[in-house]
Amino acid sequence: MGAGFIIPLGITLKVAVTATLCSFVLGVGLAGLFSRRPFAGRDLLDAACAMPLVLPPTVIGYYLLVVIGRKGIIGSWLLSVFGVSLTFTWQGAALASALVGFPLVFTSARAAFAGVDENLENAARTMGAGELAVFFRISLPLAWRGVAAGTLLAFARAMGEFGATLMVAGNLPGKTQTLSLAIYEAVQAGRDSDAAVLVVLTTTVSLAVLFGAGKLAKKKY
Amino acid sequence: MKSFRRHISLARLAVSALSAVVIVSGQCLPAQAGEIIVSAAASLTDALTVIKKAYEKENPGTTIVTNFGASGTLLKQMEQGAPVDVFASADELTMDQAAAKKLIDPSTRVDFAANSLVLIVPIASKVHVSSPADLAGPEVARIALGNPDLVPVGRYTMEAFTTLGLAETLRPKFINGESVRQVLDYCARGEVEAAVVFATDAMVAGDKVRVAAVLAGHKPIDYPVAVVAASGNKGPAASFLRYLTSAAGQDILAGYGFAKPGGR
Repeated sequence: MGAGFIIPLGITLKVAVTATLCSFVLGVGLAGLFSRRPFAGRDLLDAACAMPLVLPPTVIGYYLLVVIGRKGIIGSWLLSVFGVSLTFTWQGAALASALVGFPLVFTSARAAFAGVDENLENAARTMGAGELAVFFRISLPLAWRGVAAGTLLAFARAMGEFGATLMVAGNLPGKTQTLSLAIYEAVQAGRDSDAAVLVVLTTTVSLAVLFGAGKLAKKKY
Repeated sequence: MKSFRRHISLARLAVSALSAVVIVSGQCLPAQAGEIIVSAAASLTDALTVIKKAYEKENPGTTIVTNFGASGTLLKQMEQGAPVDVFASADELTMDQAAAKKLIDPSTRVDFAANSLVLIVPIASKVHVSSPADLAGPEVARIALGNPDLVPVGRYTMEAFTTLGLAETLRPKFINGESVRQVLDYCARGEVEAAVVFATDAMVAGDKVRVAAVLAGHKPIDYPVAVVAASGNKGPAASFLRYLTSAAGQDILAGYGFAKPGGR
C-alpha cells in the first residue's frame, strides 16, 4: 500500500521540479529581455506570454498534443530525428506543467524588473559592465523577491497540474501518474480512503515546500 | 482621495453585476418539464445522438439531454446525486453495481444492444499486427485500452487477453484510456501502435483506424438500460426505454454496428 503513495509522490516531485526549472529559465530570460527597452509589439507579446494563465488546462493540453504528438509538427520531427515521443512520458508531463507555470514566472518577473531603479543599472553601464553583467549582477539580484514569488507559484501550480498533464502524458501508474491523477483515479474507482490519504499527502508536501521557501526568504534579513 | 472613492464604487458595481449573473444562472432548474437526462456509455455517443433527434421528433413535448462518458464515471456521478433519469451502460457489471447501490429501478432494466471487441491499428501504421499474438512483438511499444477499473471495454479487453494468456506479457505496454473514445483517439492520432475498442467505435473512426482482428474470450458484451430510481420523470424515461427497444430504435443502433442483445 505504501508504494502506491510514494510512487506518485516521486513522479509529482520529478515533474514539478523539472517544470519549475524550465519555466524559471524561460520566464526570467524572456522577462529580462522584454524589460530592457520598449519595442514594437511588446504589449502584444506580453499578453501572449500570459495566455496560458487564461486558457483552460485541457485546451493547453490539447494544443500540446497536436504539436508534440507523433503526427504533430514538433512531435513528428522529434520522432524522425531522435526517435523519441513525448506523449505518455513524464517529460511530456513536465513540458505541460512548464507551459502552465511559465506565465506565473514571466508576469512576476516582468513586474519585478520594471521596479528596479534604472539609475543603478545605468551606473553599472557607465562603469563598463556589459548587458549580461548588468542583468545578472544588478537587475536580477534587485528583482529577486518578485522572481522568487513567481517561481514558487509556478512550482505550486506544477504540483497540482491535472488537465494538461492528463491530455499529454496520460494516466499511467508508475510512469506519469502524478498525485493529482492518482487522487482522480482513486475517486473514480470508489477507493475513497486511498484518495483521502493521497490528498493529505499532497497537502502536507505542498505546505511544507511553500512554508520552507517562505522561511528561506525571511532568512536573508 | 476622489479617485479612490471612484474605484470603490466601481468595485461595488462589478461585485453586484457579478452576483446578479451568478444568482440568475443559479435559478435555472436542473431539468425543465418534459426534459429527461440520459447518462450513456461513451460508445453509444453517435447512435444515441441520432436516436435522440428521432425520439424528439416523434415526441415533441420531450427534450433529451445526453451525458456521455465511461460507464464507471457515470455511475460515480449518479452516486453523488446527479439528476439523471436514464442510465445506459456498456456492461452488465456497472449496471449490477448501480442496482446494488439502489440507484436504478430494477424492474425497468432491459438489454437493448450488443457489441463485439476488436483490435485496431492506426490506418497508416506500418507495424504488422494481424492477431493478438503479434502484440507481443518488439515493434508494438504501446497498446491503448480502457482503464479496467472504470471502463467496460477495458474489462472485456483484460478478459480477452487473460483468456489468450497474453495479459502479463503485454502489461508493460498498456496505455490506459479514461473512456473508450479516448482509447480510440489515441489510436486515431497514431500515439499507440494498437488499441482495443468496440466494433462500433472502430466504425466511427473508419478513416483513421483499421480493424486488425476481432477478439474473443470474453463474456458477451450486452448493453443494459434502466430508469434511475431517483428520477422525477419516470413516465417519459420509461417511454424512451421503450423506443430504444422498438424497431425504430434498433434500426438506428444497427446502422451504427450494434447487434441485437444476446438475451439474458
